[in-house]
Amino acid sequence: MENSLGSAPSLLEVRGISKSFGTVRALQEVDFTLRAGEIHALLGENGAGKSTLIKVVTGVFPRDAGVVRLAGEEVAPRSAKSALQAGIATVYQEVNLLPNLSVAQNLFLDRQPMRFGIVREGEMRRRAKALLTGFGLDIDVAAPLGNYSVAIQHVTAIARAVDLSARVLILDEPTASLDRHEVEILFGIMRQLARRGIGIVFVSHFLDQVYEISDRITVLRNGRLVGERETASLPRLELIRMMLGRELAETTSARAAAGEHRARGVCASFENYGKAGYVAPFNLELRHGEVVGLAGLLGSGRTETARLVFGAERADGGQARVEGAPVRLQSPRDGVRHGFGYCPEERKTEGIVAELSVRENIALALQAKRGLYRPLSRREQDEIARRYIKMLDIRPPDPERPVGLLSGGNQQKVLLARWLATSPRLLVLDEPTRGIDVGAHAEIIRLIRDLCDDGLSLLVISSELDEIVTYSDRVVVLRDRAHVEELAGGAIDVGNILAAIAADGAAVALEAHT
Amino acid sequence: MKGLPPVVITAIVLVAGFAACAVQFPNIASTRVVGNLLTDNAFLGIVATGMTFVIISGGIDLSVGSVIGFTTVFVALAVERWGVPPLVAFVAILALSAAFGAAMGAVIHVFDLPPFIVTLAGMFLARGASFLLSTESVPITAPVYSTVSDFALRMPGGGRLTAIAIIMLAIVIGGALLLHLTRFGANVYALGGNRATAGLMGVAVGKMTVKIYMLSSLLAGIAGIVFSFYTSAGYSLSAVGVELDSIAAVVIGGTLLTGGQGSVIGTILGVLIQGMIQTYINFDGTLSSWWTKIATGVLLFAFIALQQGLVALARRPAAKHAGAAS
Repeated sequence: MENSLGSAPSLLEVRGISKSFGTVRALQEVDFTLRAGEIHALLGENGAGKSTLIKVVTGVFPRDAGVVRLAGEEVAPRSAKSALQAGIATVYQEVNLLPNLSVAQNLFLDRQPMRFGIVREGEMRRRAKALLTGFGLDIDVAAPLGNYSVAIQHVTAIARAVDLSARVLILDEPTASLDRHEVEILFGIMRQLARRGIGIVFVSHFLDQVYEISDRITVLRNGRLVGERETASLPRLELIRMMLGRELAETTSARAAAGEHRARGVCASFENYGKAGYVAPFNLELRHGEVVGLAGLLGSGRTETARLVFGAERADGGQARVEGAPVRLQSPRDGVRHGFGYCPEERKTEGIVAELSVRENIALALQAKRGLYRPLSRREQDEIARRYIKMLDIRPPDPERPVGLLSGGNQQKVLLARWLATSPRLLVLDEPTRGIDVGAHAEIIRLIRDLCDDGLSLLVISSELDEIVTYSDRVVVLRDRAHVEELAGGAIDVGNILAAIAADGAAVALEAHT
Repeated sequence: MKGLPPVVITAIVLVAGFAACAVQFPNIASTRVVGNLLTDNAFLGIVATGMTFVIISGGIDLSVGSVIGFTTVFVALAVERWGVPPLVAFVAILALSAAFGAAMGAVIHVFDLPPFIVTLAGMFLARGASFLLSTESVPITAPVYSTVSDFALRMPGGGRLTAIAIIMLAIVIGGALLLHLTRFGANVYALGGNRATAGLMGVAVGKMTVKIYMLSSLLAGIAGIVFSFYTSAGYSLSAVGVELDSIAAVVIGGTLLTGGQGSVIGTILGVLIQGMIQTYINFDGTLSSWWTKIATGVLLFAFIALQQGLVALARRPAAKHAGAAS
C-alpha cells in the first residue's frame, strides 16, 4: 500500500459524465478518478454538482452521457441497490438505516443467518458484535439503533456497507453532525479501510478535515470539473479560489464606481444584531437603492444573516431599525409588515407553489399582506400578473400556467414578482442565480440593477463572486458565522473577497465549527 | 423483544382489571369465564393478529370486517344452497380472500396509494359483494358445524376450551413466531421503520406489501369461517366495525400506529382487555353494553397518550455510547 499514490491503479473511473434536469445542466463532462486505497475529497459549493455526481455514479439518477468503470470494467447501476451489489456503497449524512430495528438487524437485514426458516438471532448478534469490534465499537447490538448517537449510526452504516463487500465507499458529509472526538473515531476507521485497499470518496465542506484526512482533492464548480490536485501540494487559498472563482478576472463593481448611493438615506439598519449559536452579532446598514452582497463559503452564516434580517429567525440581541424607527422582527409576518421580502435559496421547497399558476403564485404575498378579509379580485390579480410578466419578461407569458412547468430562471422571476407586487423597501435574495442557466443569470443580474435604480434596497447572497462584484455597492464577507469584513467602492474585487474568506483566522474558525 | 415496555403495561392493565373484576364478582375468576372470553373473541383475535402485521409495517387494513362478513355469507350459501362440501367451501373462500388482500397490496405498492384509501375501497367492495350474495341471514345446518361447535377441551374448573378458541390461540402463537423469528417478520418491522430506507437496504418492498395484505385478508377469511362457526349462520351485516375493534386491540397492545414497533402478544392482550370489559358489563347486568365502547375509547386515548410520551422520551438526545477507539 505504501507505493506512491500516483501510480496506484485506478479503482473507479468516471469519464465524461453529463446530466441535465430540464434545461439545467447539472453536470457537464465531468471526470473523476479514485485510486484503490486513497481518500479522495470531492469539494464544491452548493449546487456545484457533488450530490448529482454521486447519485449518477450510484445509479440513483440515470446519466445522459459518460461511462463509469469499476476496476476497469464498465458498470451501469440502475439503483442504489445494484450499485451496492457492484461494490459501490454510499453513506449519506442522514443515516439510511432503520432506527427502530436492533443494531444487529440493521447490519444483517435481508441476509440474516438462517436455520429452518428461522433467523439465528444469537449467531447474528455474535457476527454483528465481531464486525463492529473491527471498527472499534463495543456496544449492545441487540438494542435499537435509534438509541445510539449519530456517530455510532454512521459507523454501523459504514460497517454494513463494507461487509457487503464494498470496494468504493462514498461518504457524503459524514462529519456534519459529529463532535470532534467522534470525527477522530471516524477518521481512524477511514484510514484503516483505505489501508485495506478500499477507495473512499469524502464529501465535506469542512476544509480543515479535508486537509487532515484526504490524499487528493477534486473540485467541481457549476457542474464542471475544475481540477484534481494532491492535497499536500494545494495551498488553501488556491483551493478556495478553485471552489469559488473562475479566474481572478479584474471585475470591479460598475455601480460602486459611481458612488452615488452613498448620499441616500438609510432604509434599514441592524446594530449588534445576532443570535447565539446562529450568527455572531453584526452591524449592517442598508441604504435606499443600494445592493449589499453577502459573500462567504457554505455554512459561513450568509443565509442565517438573511433569515435574521427578514424575521424568519428571531434575534436574541441587538436593535433593528426601519427608516430610523426601532422595530421588532419576530416572524416573517413582521418582516412583510415592514416592507421586507425574502426569496429563499430552496426555491422548490420554500418558495414557489409548483401546482399553482403563475398568477396565483405572484398574488400570494400581496394577498397575505392584505389579509383574509380583503381578497384581491380576479381582475386585480390578472392585472398584477400581466404587469410583472411583462416587466420581468417571464416566459411563456401565460399567467395560468402552473409554475412547476416553468424553467428555473422563470420560476425565480415569478418569486421576485411575488415580492415586488407587495412594493417592498428591502428584498433579500438568497442565491438568486442558483440552478439557472447562464443566459438567465445575466437577466437576473440586469433585473437586480434595474430594481435598485428604482430605489429598492437589496441584500443578495451568492457564491458567484463575479456576480456579487458586478452588482454590489458594498460586500460583506462572512466566515464561520460572523461578519468579518466589509468591502466598498474600489476595494470590491474577487481577490479581496477571497483573501478575506481565506484569511489566517479561517483555519481556527473552521476548527471551532466542528 | 421489541416494544416490550408498552406490552408490559398492557399486561398490567389486563391483570389489574381482571383482579378488580374478580373482587367485585368472584365468579369471574373461573376457567369457565376465561374459556368463554376466548371463544367469544376468537374471530377478533385472529383478525387482530393480521392487523398487527399491517400496522407494524406502517399500513392499515380497513377491509377486514367486510371480508369477515363476505366470508360468512359465502360459506353459508355454498354449504346450504349450492351443496358444496364445507371443506371445499373453506379452501375456496380462503383462496379468494388471500387473492383479495394480495390485490389490495399490489394496488398500494404499484400506484403508491395510501393503504387507508385502498383498503377503504376494499371495505366497500367486500361488504357490497356480500349483500349481492344475500341480504338475509342464512342459517347453517351442516353436520360439520354442530360437530365443531360441540368439540371442546375440558379445563379444570369446568371451563371449555372450544375448537375456535384453540384455532385462535394457534394463530396467535404462529403469528408471534412469524413476526419475531423470521426474515419476513424482520422485514415487516423494516418497512414500518422507513419504506424507502428498507428498499435501499435490500428489502423487496413490493413483494412484502403484497404478502402483508394477503396475510391480513387470509386471516380475516379464517376469522370469517370462525365467526360462522360461532353464530352458525352467514349474514352480510355481520362483523360491521370489527376492523376498528381490531385496530383498537392492536394499539392498546402497544403497537405504534405509525408502524415500526409492536407485537402480536400485545395485540391478544388488547383483545382480551376488550373482552374483559364486555364480561364485566354482562356480570353487572345493569350497565348498557355500549359501556364497552366507552371504556375502549378511554383506554385507546390512554395508550396513544402513553405512546406519544414514550416516543417523545426516545427522541430526546440519546446518551452518547461512545465506543472505545481502537
